[in-house]
Amino acid sequence: MPLILDIAVTHIAGRGRQTLVAVIGVAVGVGFSIAMAALMQGGQDDFVRQLVDTMPHVDITDEQRTARRQPAEDMFDTVAISGLRPRDDRRGIINPTEATAWLESWIPGRYAPSLKTQGVIRYSSREVGATIIGVEPEREPGVSPIVEDFVQGSFAALAAGGNNVLVGDTMANRLGAGLGDTITAVSSQGQARNFKIAGLFHTGTTQRDESEAYILLKNAQIVSVRPNAINEIRIKLDDPNRAPAVARRAEAELGYKAVAWQEANESILEAFVIRNVIMYTVVGAIMLVAGFGIFNIISTITHEKARDIAIMKSLGFPEADMRRLFLLEGVAIGAGGSALGWVLGFAMVYALSLVRFEIAATGQEMTHLPIAWSVLHYVIATGFAVGSAAVAGYLPARRAAMQNPVDIIRGAT
Amino acid sequence: MTTLVETEGLMRILPETVPVTLVEDITLEIREKEFIAVTGPSGSGKSSLLYLLGLLDRPTRGTLKIGGRDAGPMDERERARTRLEMLGFVFQFHFLLPEFTVRENVEIPMRKLGRLKREEMRERAGELLGSLGLAEHLDKRPDQLSGGQRQRVAVARSLANDPPLILADEPTGSLDSKSSEQVFTILEKLVRDRGKTVVAVTHNLDMAERMDRRLHIVDGKIE
Repeated sequence: MPLILDIAVTHIAGRGRQTLVAVIGVAVGVGFSIAMAALMQGGQDDFVRQLVDTMPHVDITDEQRTARRQPAEDMFDTVAISGLRPRDDRRGIINPTEATAWLESWIPGRYAPSLKTQGVIRYSSREVGATIIGVEPEREPGVSPIVEDFVQGSFAALAAGGNNVLVGDTMANRLGAGLGDTITAVSSQGQARNFKIAGLFHTGTTQRDESEAYILLKNAQIVSVRPNAINEIRIKLDDPNRAPAVARRAEAELGYKAVAWQEANESILEAFVIRNVIMYTVVGAIMLVAGFGIFNIISTITHEKARDIAIMKSLGFPEADMRRLFLLEGVAIGAGGSALGWVLGFAMVYALSLVRFEIAATGQEMTHLPIAWSVLHYVIATGFAVGSAAVAGYLPARRAAMQNPVDIIRGAT
Repeated sequence: MTTLVETEGLMRILPETVPVTLVEDITLEIREKEFIAVTGPSGSGKSSLLYLLGLLDRPTRGTLKIGGRDAGPMDERERARTRLEMLGFVFQFHFLLPEFTVRENVEIPMRKLGRLKREEMRERAGELLGSLGLAEHLDKRPDQLSGGQRQRVAVARSLANDPPLILADEPTGSLDSKSSEQVFTILEKLVRDRGKTVVAVTHNLDMAERMDRRLHIVDGKIE
């Protein structure tokens, strides 16, 4: 063992209890920051996963980001006619067959066209405002997890009959209708048509459960009097992270607004950044406190070892050796604390992962705490710990190294 | 005989509000195999002179050459290196490292110098301690030894790297007469048998009489 390390170890080992307290201080800091990072990261990942699962990764709608330019503007750069009312366009995505065929040719994932229209669902004397969504039953499961949310009937039942409808369970309750009952859907265009309830779903999002009604795309086109029209293409990608690129390309080519899930949830993702800043600030604070513990013990050691420092210097150890010695002692405490902190952190994360609880409102869903296992958490916590230990050790080490041995030898009587 | 240490006009003034002169205008020459006593009343600057000679302190003025090299321009690291190779210290109090055994204490300067293999260091430490009558105390810690024994360990440690010059600051100052005599005899033997140069600060005039040369210091000056 190198001499300086040998002396450092002897010093630390010679003061078992104090060292233990400092090591435990660091270990608790490291352990808790690991556990906290695992929980926060886990919660975040879980949230994003749910978000990504429920939402289409790219949503192309029949809207434009900016109002369409007037023909006059296109002809003469600076001219715009004020008060001009744009002519009524046929709404929906123009030439849907070509658009979907083009998407089909290159997107790394699946897509589903749909026609969404506002309307009213009527059953006996009750009426509920609804979002009537026309979908293709064979494509829809590829982009939407709704298939798994059925409490009665199934998604496949939609295709089983020409006039079937799938509604949320809340909506059915409000209507007083059940599976097999026939309801009337009235579109904003005034067309009414009867549908038979073939399935009830419960997504867990109240707003959807009380307002969404799924029918066949061609029925939706009839009800809204827009033959062959679609007004939304939802895309699910194999890799959700490619959504912004896909959205950009689709928007540039099709001319319609294409929104990636990251854009749609920008504020949530921004909140995560803030959460992470807060988390690392707290981790830093914990480490700072642990750092004071180390500072304290190294200060005490250098103070008590003033005589030994004088001896070693008189024997021919340069100041650099003395600095290294006490720096090493600080880092050793930091490293020892980190190693113990890993065990503590791992144990805490494991214990947390075993916790199960029920969501009271429904009583049926058992949930685990979302936990993220990541080596990075251990690395970051260790970096903080050893870094603060080095600083905490260096300051007293420098002071100790600069002591004049003569002062101590003189004063030793 | 070769000159080991040479000083000229050596001065040490403490820069307090009222400057205190510890050592004033000392010019001397220390040759190989000399046994020198530094005597004088308390506070006369004997120890201060010894610290200057031992490169533990820097002179305010004057020059100091050790082994033919001028110590003035040396930086902290070179001075430490020179202490390690050329000098051995024995202080009034033993100044051993309390957590290490007697043998380890003697090994430490050798390990710092790093010229020998570990087994050779071990062997040499054992020999040095054996020659000072401490053969059965090798693995004890300093606090298990008597004052005289500790002081002999300190002598062994000062010899660890076989330096030509041993500086002793009242080496027998805190020992009873029997132990004092023992330690004195050991120092004398270092000069006579091993060819070392020993400069010892002492209050004991009988001992000083038995040395080769006496430097009597009063108020920082040689009388």
